[in-house]
Amino acid sequence: MDLTAIRGGSSAYTMLPDGSRASFGGDEYVFVELDEAMSLHATLRVQSIAARIGALGLPGVVDIAPANSSYLIRLDPDQVDPRRALTTITALHADGRTTASGIRTEILDVPVLYDDPWSLEVCMRSRDGHQSATETDIQFTARINGFASVDELVAAHSSAPFIVTFPCFKPGNAESYQLVPRERQIQAPKYLTPRTETPARAVAHGGAFTVIYPSSGVGGYQLLGRSAIPVVDLGQTTREFRRSPVLTPISTLLQFRPVDREEYDDVRRLVDADQYVVRRAPVEFSLSDFEADPVGYARSLRGLLS
Amino acid sequence: MISVLAPGPHTTIQDSGRPGYYAMGLPPSGALDQYAHACANLLVGNTEAAATLEATMAGPTLGFEQDAIVAVTGADVEVTIDGHPVEMWAAHPIRAGQQLKIGLARAGARAYLAVRGGIDCPLFLGSRSTYTAASIGGLTGGPLVAGDALRLGCETAGPARPGARIDSRLRSHAGDSVSLRVVPGLCTYRFTAESLERFFTSTYTMTARADRIGCRLDGPSLTYVEREQPFGAGDDPSNVVDLGYPVGSIQVPSGTEPICLLRDAVTGGGYATLGTVISADLDLLAQARAPDTVRFEPVSIDDALAARAASRARLREVRTNLNLLSLF
Repeated sequence: MDLTAIRGGSSAYTMLPDGSRASFGGDEYVFVELDEAMSLHATLRVQSIAARIGALGLPGVVDIAPANSSYLIRLDPDQVDPRRALTTITALHADGRTTASGIRTEILDVPVLYDDPWSLEVCMRSRDGHQSATETDIQFTARINGFASVDELVAAHSSAPFIVTFPCFKPGNAESYQLVPRERQIQAPKYLTPRTETPARAVAHGGAFTVIYPSSGVGGYQLLGRSAIPVVDLGQTTREFRRSPVLTPISTLLQFRPVDREEYDDVRRLVDADQYVVRRAPVEFSLSDFEADPVGYARSLRGLLS
Repeated sequence: MISVLAPGPHTTIQDSGRPGYYAMGLPPSGALDQYAHACANLLVGNTEAAATLEATMAGPTLGFEQDAIVAVTGADVEVTIDGHPVEMWAAHPIRAGQQLKIGLARAGARAYLAVRGGIDCPLFLGSRSTYTAASIGGLTGGPLVAGDALRLGCETAGPARPGARIDSRLRSHAGDSVSLRVVPGLCTYRFTAESLERFFTSTYTMTARADRIGCRLDGPSLTYVEREQPFGAGDDPSNVVDLGYPVGSIQVPSGTEPICLLRDAVTGGGYATLGTVISADLDLLAQARAPDTVRFEPVSIDDALAARAASRARLREVRTNLNLLSLF
């Protein structure tokens, strides 16, 4: 390839009919970016197109991995020519049916002990790499988002469900985006330098995304609390993981529910005995219903779990 | 049974990988130098997907408690059986009671030991590959430790071929410089034209910060096109809204020290990626070590597919040569 082509920047991309930018990741991957910015609209289109690519059942497609506002496909070029696969994908992007109108999914109840003692301990040991020397992560996140107290932040975080927009980083981890208008999105910077420790099942926020850390380890998101329920069981030995090793695949809605220490401990005991049943309900998520009345729609989604 | 007398600095059980789990955050893993891995298996008459041992920078010392056939490929290492040097890229019989030792890598970074039948351990999501970040695969989800006992499997595809060797023309020879072909794309639009030109015309140096997740390279820094950061992307110009990372993709956090991801990489994150090393050249990168020099050459998807075909043809030639050999 000629350097002039690189300089022009044009040859690396195929522009799709809907303005998405497609390119090849070496010979085995196709990468399609629908939007440079995160939005509910972009993420639902990603999920809708990814589902339709899956439904085509193209031979040689190894992975279809939807992300926040883009998706990645891994192919076996010995079975399918990636240039041909891109032509097929292009047709889907031109098709009006892949709009962001809605998605069929499931809503899960996630009991969370917010402002928990384990996160507090890790927080206080990790102030060197943090923006604030004196506040805990949850105090810092509340303040920079204009909440008067930690309780107000907790109320906002649990007021509307989140939708899983990008399972990544390690199995069980999933970035999720709250179903609220952009001006009500909670936002927080990641740690200046990553923590060396994070409690397993920590509920944490970075950028505009909440994650539940599947296991202990490094991390950079602001620690808000701890989920009483696990999100991964790669061995698939426990009841919630018979169908899938991860609790929260793409599109899952997560309703975080504040619980006190007593309820948290009760749930933990049941989980350890493999007797806890996660509350879940099927959902036909509709973007237009959400946009018409975000607060009322969030309330009705929450209602599905009661 | 094979007992691990000394494990070497980082020796793991690997096979051709665990494809198909990107969407749940699980990278493909598997032998980093797939060509060397496949050659080792072919030499002992295994299927190409049988598990081998991948040794990093130096190898293990193993006590064989049964007769077997072995072959070592990949990085240039000294291989001895009971202290007697044996040739790499060749199959050797070994008897119960003998010791096999793989020494320090003189060139290259990763050596592969295949044993006839393959290294056995439970399959996890269809693969024996060790992925230490999630503690899965291998015997315990981690590298070998002294005292481990390795069982042999029955992943054979052809007759045993003690004495079989791979023609020197078809062996890989790691040097101290490597040129890698890269398909520009992904977030290449985030980098200034001058930076991309600098990237593709400069010489980078491998640093010691290299493992199965990825390797960091030292060299000229790159700059990003100025923009108002989009919602959800983060403040640093090298940040993008979190997206999927192909194996082989190159990211440049804050514009310094490019990182090239390998087969145990995280499946996604928030750094702009400028392109992807083609699959045929990931084997070369697997053998690069500090302070080897690395240059990147931009290629089109057409070139990348042609290179893949050439790499497949090379392996086919190895297979054909070994099959012919077994006729005599």
